Amino acid sequence: MSAGKQSLLEVRDLKTRFYTFAGVVNAVDGVSFTVGRGEILGLVGESGGGKSVIGFSILGLIDPPGKVDDGEILFDGTDLRRKSEKELQKIRGKDIAMVFQDPMTSLNPLQTVGEQIDEMLRLHSDLDARARRARCIEMLTDVGISEADKRLNNYPHQFSGGMRQRVVIAIAMIAGPLLIIADEPTTALDVTIQSQILKLMRRQVRERDASMILITHDLAVVSQMADEIVVLYCGKIVEKGPKQDLISKPAHPYTQGLLGSIPKLHGRQERLTQIPGTVPDVRNLPKGCNFRERCPFAQARCAEEEPEQISLGADRSVACHFPLEQELEP
Amino acid sequence: MQGFLKSEFFFNYRRSASAIIGSALMLVFAVYVAFGPWLVAQNPHDIASLELLDSFKPPAWLEGGDPRYLLGTDGQGRDMLASIVYGARISVMIGVTAMLCSCLIGTLLGLLAGFYRGVIDSFIMRVADIQLSFPSILIALFLMSAVGTGIDKVLIALTAVGWVVYARTVRGSTLSEIEKEYVQAARVAGLPDRKIILKHVLPNVLTPLIVIATIQVGTFVLIEASLSFLGVGVPITQPSLGLLVKNGFDVLFSGLWWTSAFPGLAIMMLVFGINLFGDFLRDELNPRLK
Repeated sequence: MSAGKQSLLEVRDLKTRFYTFAGVVNAVDGVSFTVGRGEILGLVGESGGGKSVIGFSILGLIDPPGKVDDGEILFDGTDLRRKSEKELQKIRGKDIAMVFQDPMTSLNPLQTVGEQIDEMLRLHSDLDARARRARCIEMLTDVGISEADKRLNNYPHQFSGGMRQRVVIAIAMIAGPLLIIADEPTTALDVTIQSQILKLMRRQVRERDASMILITHDLAVVSQMADEIVVLYCGKIVEKGPKQDLISKPAHPYTQGLLGSIPKLHGRQERLTQIPGTVPDVRNLPKGCNFRERCPFAQARCAEEEPEQISLGADRSVACHFPLEQELEP
Repeated sequence: MQGFLKSEFFFNYRRSASAIIGSALMLVFAVYVAFGPWLVAQNPHDIASLELLDSFKPPAWLEGGDPRYLLGTDGQGRDMLASIVYGARISVMIGVTAMLCSCLIGTLLGLLAGFYRGVIDSFIMRVADIQLSFPSILIALFLMSAVGTGIDKVLIALTAVGWVVYARTVRGSTLSEIEKEYVQAARVAGLPDRKIILKHVLPNVLTPLIVIATIQVGTFVLIEASLSFLGVGVPITQPSLGLLVKNGFDVLFSGLWWTSAFPGLAIMMLVFGINLFGDFLRDELNPRLK
């Protein structure tokens, strides 16, 4: 969190576990981070890293066999974990909204787009039917859908993927949430549409002074959008810090690996680096550092001790015994 | 209406002989069920209007036939055509009502099982499994002999037999629907479970039910006919098609074949029509066959 800004969401030592037949999975294991007001936080990690589970944990929507076992989720000063399901239903959609990955399935195919946007207002506002309709049209126009008054009566299948994602964003934004959790919002879209949607989301968030958690596996997306970055590996935070700092000077070998696998537009590049191996089985994590089997710098100590978070100056920390110090070329 | 005439559904309908024959048969029965009392001269349930002298008249085109009784008469002098029309009303009414009850109960249980899973799901589905391991006519027979006979009892027995197929179908579709992000999105939007189930899940699992419901009316007509034939169905004062067959069967070997053959033929045509149309619906509404 940048200095001087109030915090909106503070997650402390969050632990979400799944009690499956094959064993207990620590999907989120002691994660702490803070989202400031008006700030965009990027949550980065590979598939199966526990990114989406964090989003659902915040909203209290973890289904059995999963369970939020420990930690505090302070939203606007109160702990969401202490709230009843009824109270949470009032917060969901109104104060915290979510944008999903696949716009092809995140809209109900049997309801018109208008009904689905309107549903949010009916739940979370006292406006009458005419005012709600005006508000829907305004919102749709705002997310870049032309002839919004006619499009309200269309069904989702009459929209393209990018347009649907605009509708999903409109649904998320219409009740004026303080926090938007965007779970891989552009992964299912064409590359050409991706940056349009990202720009739209950033503008929407900035204009309303809302905050956003952007969950993605794509560091390129995050570097375009986020103020702060949190890198997750096997349900744990391996590194966090302000965007510029973290991207130019990654301290964890995993972050460096992720950055090395993004192609550059300018300059010569011999070959993209890749991180060898795959994410270890979360039911059966190795002793010591989770990343050591894939780490080019691993040493004997890494197999013995699990690294603690160490501070690297203002707002930055890393969980590594041997943090990197070299600066990447821009 | 204009939209319907131009729809793909109607286009395919016009090209499907089985659909046209099936719906034509259904239409004939629908008309007789709705307007039957005005279409036939006699009310066979009104004993005062019966002429005992006219008993066991053969169909009109046979020797000794009476032009007033097209399909002949039974032992009480009832016009067979009128009996069939009144019987079909009872059969169809029982079939449709029992279908609606089964559909309502089965869909509700299937939604609950699929949405909440866990113990509720296991319980409902085990009951369904046990039920499916018995032939449905056997279950109905057990129930009827336990609770007695009568139209309401027949409805209970048929519903007890029929809900399973809806519950299983709806549960399966629900399981696949709730994985989709729009259901997640509805939860994230702060909708209570009840509204998510009724507004988002239910409309998306209904399509396969239309086919099941159509075919089931035919199945229920048959089961009810079997029960009545075995003597545990509707009371003698409200004879369904099945009971007419049974009544005629008693005198079948005396050569008075028309008293059971024509009601039997009516059952056959009714169920045949429903099944033909059901098959067409199944092909039309199945996205995988498109």
